[in-house]
Amino acid sequence: MEVAKINNVTRVYKIGAVETRALNGVSLTINTGEFTSLVGPSGSGKTTLLQLIGCLDQPTSGSVVINGKETTNLTRNQRADLRKGTIGFVFQFFALIPTLTAYENVEMPLLLNGKTPAERKQRVMELLEGVDLTDRAHHRPDQLSGGQQQRVAVARALATNPTMILADEPTANLDTVNGEQVMEIMKRLNEKTGTTFVFATHDPRVIKYATRVVTLQDGLIVKDSKEH
Amino acid sequence: MTNYLKMAYRNLGRHRRRSILSGLALAVGTALLMFIAAFFEGEMRSSMETTLRLDSGHIQIRDADYDPDKLSVAWEYLIENPDQAAAQIEALDQVQTATPRLIASGIVSIRDESAGVQIMGIVPGSEANDPYRNGLVAGSFLAADDREGILIGYPLAESLALNVGDQINLLVNTSDGDVDEQQFTVRGIFTTGTTAYDKGIVFLPLAKAQSFSGAENRASMIFILLKDREMADEVAAAIQGGGYQVKTWSELNELLVLINDFSNAYIFILNLIVLGVTATVIVNTLLMSVFERTREIGILTAIGMKGRQIITLFLTEASLLAFGGIAFGSLLGWALSAYFGSVGVYFGDLGISGGMLLQDRIYPYLTLNATINLIVTAFIITVLASIYPARLASRMEPVEALHGAN
Ligand SMILES: Nc1ncnc2c1ncn2[C@@H]1O[C@H](COP(=O)(O)OP(=O)(O)O)[C@@H](O)[C@H]1O
Ligand SMILES: [Mg+2]
Repeated sequence: MEVAKINNVTRVYKIGAVETRALNGVSLTINTGEFTSLVGPSGSGKTTLLQLIGCLDQPTSGSVVINGKETTNLTRNQRADLRKGTIGFVFQFFALIPTLTAYENVEMPLLLNGKTPAERKQRVMELLEGVDLTDRAHHRPDQLSGGQQQRVAVARALATNPTMILADEPTANLDTVNGEQVMEIMKRLNEKTGTTFVFATHDPRVIKYATRVVTLQDGLIVKDSKEH
Repeated sequence: MTNYLKMAYRNLGRHRRRSILSGLALAVGTALLMFIAAFFEGEMRSSMETTLRLDSGHIQIRDADYDPDKLSVAWEYLIENPDQAAAQIEALDQVQTATPRLIASGIVSIRDESAGVQIMGIVPGSEANDPYRNGLVAGSFLAADDREGILIGYPLAESLALNVGDQINLLVNTSDGDVDEQQFTVRGIFTTGTTAYDKGIVFLPLAKAQSFSGAENRASMIFILLKDREMADEVAAAIQGGGYQVKTWSELNELLVLINDFSNAYIFILNLIVLGVTATVIVNTLLMSVFERTREIGILTAIGMKGRQIITLFLTEASLLAFGGIAFGSLLGWALSAYFGSVGVYFGDLGISGGMLLQDRIYPYLTLNATINLIVTAFIITVLASIYPARLASRMEPVEALHGAN
């Protein structure tokens, strides 16, 4: 099953007169259940590619197909709708809403999906348990360590049972122990629920978890472990 | 909805001092506007009330040729047999009281000091004269058959250093165009609370005023008070004719009625201006928080929040701020109005301008209508103004919002 299919995509950023070709014709297919790592030096286009797969951004040319659905011509609200049910995000910085508790942060996507209070409660507790944070449910982000915050972010990304989770350097701001713990959790969830993971990283300690490694350089895929 | 409220409330709490200050701006604006509205209303009520009670009454009947500016007591300008006419009118259902009055011009003098006055002949027993009777500060009221007594206002007594029992000299312009002069004894000194009125008028019993001025049994007007002033047109229509002019209070006080009608529009425009200013404070606060929360908005968008929901979130914040500010401001404005409504605001003698009499002390009066108008306007303006920052937030691209982090 193809979860995401990127066809010959380019993305050019324009700031004033300066043009940056972040992606220079990339094609990539992500299949269900994969645990894919996007690697490459800083500036090679990993984040840009993740944002395109996640429909946070639109390509300058080429097409992005998510779950068989062409997304290139969707409006902003249609893209928000698509993301809501199918794609979860984990960012490099601990992207929690600072005014909400761990519980409420995880609950947010469920709220946006119109789940009933009872459904929400059950699901949130289940998710927090999955990331070993039941005892921190009612703490605000500033009362949690970086690793704990990132685990909350993972739980939130999983809340709506998305088909795919995109994680952008999820361990970059964590020490080794916490980094490994977050990766372990993601791996465990991948194996247990079959959720597809794509994560960008240039941390070699993390790459070992991947079932597939895609290497980017200067906006091009230079290597894909699946296609030796 | 409760979730929006919860988030909005916590977001406001993030910069508590900033939120409080901008809410306070709205509160102060609201309080001030409420007090101004109350003050204005009090002033309008007082001047209308005072003018009707002391000066114009609800209806006046005069001779068709009478000119109120001349105060002539020449016979052709006067009403014959006013007692009979007054009695007939008083028999009407809607009429509280009808009483003849004679008004002549004259000069009060004592030693080498003098002052120009209106000499008003009144029927002492009539309840139309209650404002003077109840306003006595010294001496007693006139009796109908008093031939030497005179009633003078407190400011006049002050300026001429007169006490009860003192003798004064009164000059009058008579019916045949002459001048007559006679000694009177000050029986009483009154105050109506309106200096401008009290300093220019003296009272004699009608019979004495008639004989003194040569008007014989005639009067300048029949002064009518109704049970309800809204019935003036109806009553006036019923007593029209017979060579009289019948004037209602709204005709007698055109300027006052006009000012009253305009005061609502005036208050409304004032509200718009002041609230426009306070709204910019709120908008500024919201703009700051939109820019501070760029990344957060990006996260919310990334996890599926739509533009409309982001607008709702920020508008909820604005509404909460508006609600707090307006509620506190209303309370403050109400307290101010209530306090000054009971002790009054002293202005002193503002003079009679354009037929408008004002009490020396103005009592702010807050109407429910003015309060609701203000609260609703304040809320609508604030929330409308907040649409701009809210839309700005909703239009942020998630990518832009999330960048800068890696
Ligand atoms: N919003 C942006 N505006 C302009 N240039 C950008 C923007 N985002 C990324 N770039 C540029 O695109 C290139 C790829 O960036 P990025 O996808 O963030 O790489 P990586 O995540 O691999 O470090 C870099 O040269 C970066 O400077
Ligand atoms: Mg990156």
